[in-house]
Amino acid sequence: MTLFRNVVFIAAIAGLVAGVVLACMQAFATYPLIFQAEVFEKTGSGQGPDHAAAAPAANTNAMSSAATAETAMSTAAPAPAESAAPAEEDEGWAPADGFERFAFSVAANIVTGIGFALVLVAVSEFAGGIGNWRQGVFWGLAGFAAFILAPGLGLPPELPAMPAADLTQRQIWWTATVVATAGGLGLLAFRKSLPLALLAVALIVAPHIVGAPQPDSFETAIPEGLHHQFVVAVTLTNLVFWLVLGAVVGVVRGRFTGMATSLRDSFA
Amino acid sequence: MNTASVSLGASVSAQSRLMQLALAALLGFFVMGFVGFSHIEAVHNAAHDYRHSMAFPCH
Repeated sequence: MTLFRNVVFIAAIAGLVAGVVLACMQAFATYPLIFQAEVFEKTGSGQGPDHAAAAPAANTNAMSSAATAETAMSTAAPAPAESAAPAEEDEGWAPADGFERFAFSVAANIVTGIGFALVLVAVSEFAGGIGNWRQGVFWGLAGFAAFILAPGLGLPPELPAMPAADLTQRQIWWTATVVATAGGLGLLAFRKSLPLALLAVALIVAPHIVGAPQPDSFETAIPEGLHHQFVVAVTLTNLVFWLVLGAVVGVVRGRFTGMATSLRDSFA
Repeated sequence: MNTASVSLGASVSAQSRLMQLALAALLGFFVMGFVGFSHIEAVHNAAHDYRHSMAFPCH
């Protein structure tokens, strides 16, 4: 199991580095927007019947969230103390706001970073491996396209309190889109026949013709500007994450094999 | 495929190589799925901000 051990080792280092980088970017770029949205979630949930349907799921996280949101709710509703308390128990454990919540986010970043890295390293080994940081950047771009760009077209990053279709259906569409896009990109990059290139384009386009599951109503208390800002922040932070992940895999793997390969023809 | 000198597991057979790489990818998907897709409430709450920031389907 030498190969398996090496893959895990490289993925662990790359995932750790890229995960920490991503967590730092998120702390400044995306988490503040999420906290802002949770204030809207709190105040918005009591306003109209439209939000009542989304309330059980949405409140799940809001209850556990920012102290600012708590105060926002207590000012919005006249007697929130009794009604909020039992609901809070139903939601299960959640990290306390502040440091604990951020610490769990960082842990999730690192753990998932290693997960992404495992897939990236394993898949790239089939194609000869990522020989240096520059090849890694291109592999990172492919990973970004498959995991963020393609699913994000149909299911843009959402803030708390935004309406969305059934969770399981979205997860299925998300997974299928990632697999189809990755497969399409792989065919384009590593097969030289025209029919396969056409198949690749079809694979990449197909999920969007099928269409992502959409909610019945798009009405939300979240301002359009805040959401747009969030979409940009998520996309760019993840772009940097994937570039760093690929590059670090390339560097570590190069050290590991004792000799960095020159650029392969396919990436020149 | 690359030459053996730049391959990570130079001495393993093709079949074993395929198996080990598939295993590594599977482990990666499992980790991703658990943190990003698990319906378990505590897992969801712990990774909540992260899920939103990764555009994973959430809620």
